[in-house]
Amino acid sequence: MTTRSVKSRRVSRTSFRLRAGKCWQLYLLFLPVAVWYILFCYVPMRDIGIAFRKFSVIRGIAGSPWVGWKNFEQMFAAPMFWRAFRNTLIISMENLVIGFPFPIVFALLVNEIPWPKYKKGVQTISYLPHFISWSVVGGLVYMLFSLNTGTVNNIIRAFGGTPRNFTGMNQYFRGIVVGSGIWKDMGWSAIVYLAAIAGVDEQLYEAAYIDGANRWNRLWHITLPGIRSTISVMLILQVGNLLNINFDQIYILVNDMVLETGETLDYYIYRVGLYSTNNFSQATAVGLIKALIGFVMVLGTNLITKKLTDGEGGIW
Amino acid sequence: MSSGRIIGKRERIFDGINAILMLLVILVTLYPFWYVIVASVSSISHVTNSVVLLWPDGLHWESYQQIFRNNLIPVAYGNTLFITLMGTLMSMILTCVSAFVLSRKEMPGHTLLTVFVVFTMLFNAGLVPFYLQVRDLGLLNTRWSLIFPFLISTYNTIIMRNFFQAIPNDLYEAAEIDGCSYWKYFTRILLQVSTPVLATITLFYLVRYWNAYFYSILFITDRNKFPIQAILRQILMSSEFQTLMYDDATQSMPSEMLKCAMIVISALPIICVYPFLQKYFVKGIMVGSLKG
Repeated sequence: MTTRSVKSRRVSRTSFRLRAGKCWQLYLLFLPVAVWYILFCYVPMRDIGIAFRKFSVIRGIAGSPWVGWKNFEQMFAAPMFWRAFRNTLIISMENLVIGFPFPIVFALLVNEIPWPKYKKGVQTISYLPHFISWSVVGGLVYMLFSLNTGTVNNIIRAFGGTPRNFTGMNQYFRGIVVGSGIWKDMGWSAIVYLAAIAGVDEQLYEAAYIDGANRWNRLWHITLPGIRSTISVMLILQVGNLLNINFDQIYILVNDMVLETGETLDYYIYRVGLYSTNNFSQATAVGLIKALIGFVMVLGTNLITKKLTDGEGGIW
Repeated sequence: MSSGRIIGKRERIFDGINAILMLLVILVTLYPFWYVIVASVSSISHVTNSVVLLWPDGLHWESYQQIFRNNLIPVAYGNTLFITLMGTLMSMILTCVSAFVLSRKEMPGHTLLTVFVVFTMLFNAGLVPFYLQVRDLGLLNTRWSLIFPFLISTYNTIIMRNFFQAIPNDLYEAAEIDGCSYWKYFTRILLQVSTPVLATITLFYLVRYWNAYFYSILFITDRNKFPIQAILRQILMSSEFQTLMYDDATQSMPSEMLKCAMIVISALPIICVYPFLQKYFVKGIMVGSLKG
């Protein structure tokens, strides 16, 4: 090592120390935050190791016998796992194809309302369900679709049809999930698009108006292209979260009668690990696979988003 | 867009149709709430016989009387209040601190700490290791199990950090020249100028703690420690209702009216404060959309 590099290293080290010394308050402040992240995020990550063991509560993690990939082999051999995987993908795709356009259309329509007070009122009311607990929204679903007293079945009866137990039937479950999701979050998700619409250059509209463009032309040729980048970012983010279906929602809506179409990966993990069988190792293995796929997808989609928006978009 | 617009006939027809469509959105959004409120005070025959329930047939308070027959609901409300207030307070302290530290780019190790925090958004250990850790910390069956594990939302931290970073650094430099330490700058200056984001994030945490219900069912077995949303869930899944509400199993199954009353009881506070607070919520998502 030459004297020069030693010297420069010493200089940079002292300046590092100097800067770090100035920041001691910052490090001290961060200490409790770091402790929290270690306790509730990183220690559980370390414990993922139980996916490779035959975990026994009495022996603890380190004392449980190592079984290698056996839990994963069992997982991939279980038809229940594939059912949950399929259900997750199908519900996500339905959320994407059916649910995704709703907030966009809603934002465009709200934007066209010419009366400011009415516009504000519609927006305010549309955000409300976002702040209501899924346990309450689940309750509303159960009540409105209730066999004897629910509005939906009352209407069916009034038209001479046979009432159905919608919340307990496999063919309706996914529809209820997608529908209740739209009901709860359409307004809230529209905020992003409304903000994007507000950012479209006013002069474009003026120019188009002078050129004789009607409302439809302006919507199609100015507003929609103006929010195209926002739409693609939101779409990509949702694709990145394909395996994550709001668990609070599934947990309140699902029941033993609709597991065939309604059991998602998260619910499967819960049922295998903590509800019926207490197979901790198996459930951890499923969780690990899900987390890994999610990790790759979120990372990938975030990269695409950054490329699309020249570094402006993305979550961080 | 509205400036100097001559409204043609076709445009007016469109406005009319659009207005009706939006009215429909309002009705669809509000009707479920109205339905449960009306049903909770109606008689069962009235609810069954009206095609679209619009108005109660008098005020039957039996469902509410039955719910308040023992002190389970007041206790649950107390639990929810404790979890919400205590949790929000502690969450806000930690989130502010974390966001402040992460917003100081000149700090050595800034990138490392940011990765340390953001990585938890990308990858999580899953339900079982998380549950085992909560158990190992001795939190099971305590109300703290619904607070400590959920103190920091990384997403909220990032929103706040972005807000802090958007504040011109001149403010810090001026304070530094006046001999201000980081701590003083943080408490005396930064927090004072950040009220909008503080209000928004506080509300986000309040709503999150108030609405959470799954982990209370997972972590808590003693019904006297249940928050209100967990009680609601158990009543909706009515098979678990008897053991929950009454020690004697002589009571009949909960009627739909009783379930409606329970929904009203657990949703009412949010619906009541919402009109007064909604502007802060919306401000928040705008703040969050600014990228740092």
